Amino acid sequence: MKAVYFAWVRERIGHAEEEINPPAHVSNVADLISWLSEKGEEYAYAFEKPQIIRVAIDRTHVKHDTLIKDAREIAFFPPMTGG
Amino acid sequence: MTKQTIIRIQQETFDIALEMQRLSQGRSDVGAIVTFTGLCRDENAALCALELEHYPGMAEEEIARVVAQAEARWPLLGITVIHRYGRMNPGDQIVLVITASSHRQAAFESAEFLMDYLKTRAPFWKKEHKRDGTIGDWVSAKDHDDQAAARWEQT
Repeated sequence: MKAVYFAWVRERIGHAEEEINPPAHVSNVADLISWLSEKGEEYAYAFEKPQIIRVAIDRTHVKHDTLIKDAREIAFFPPMTGG
Repeated sequence: MTKQTIIRIQQETFDIALEMQRLSQGRSDVGAIVTFTGLCRDENAALCALELEHYPGMAEEEIARVVAQAEARWPLLGITVIHRYGRMNPGDQIVLVITASSHRQAAFESAEFLMDYLKTRAPFWKKEHKRDGTIGDWVSAKDHDDQAAARWEQT
């Protein structure tokens, strides 16, 4: 699946998108965030407060207990500040 | 007459009068139009510009979902939402919401609802560029924006 990052999540990780292949035991969004956190220091920094990270699967907001199977694009970003 | 819905995500600014006219022209059933414009604000003369990042694709889709909720809740004849991205200078227009209805109450309430929901759901992020040349922080989300959106769940 494709992971995409925005705002300070993107800046901390150092790139805007990438292909990821999480193992089978990574079943929901919370699992995926902790799996990503272990990819390196920059990921650990981006996800240091996992509870504040907002997530969208295929361009729809989801909660951290949402299952990730069948997701094509999963986005990680800070709380929104538009308007 | 059919209902008009206009949603645009764009870099360039917008013309409020022209956008209002789009919702009312060629029809006589519109009795009330409310427009809200959000501007780039500089509170302590320290801001040089705001950089607005967005999630292309999702921004349009999420705004469309919020607009559909407003249409289900109020008898509206037209809705326009325009949200800009890119670099904004203090005083620049950032966001426009227009609601058209037969009567003012639906137009007022739905415009406020749309803004409250856009603030907390539309995937946009603001970064500050300071007047001293430094790049400042990402603007943090405000609890009172969440509270403003949450009150629509109760009413």
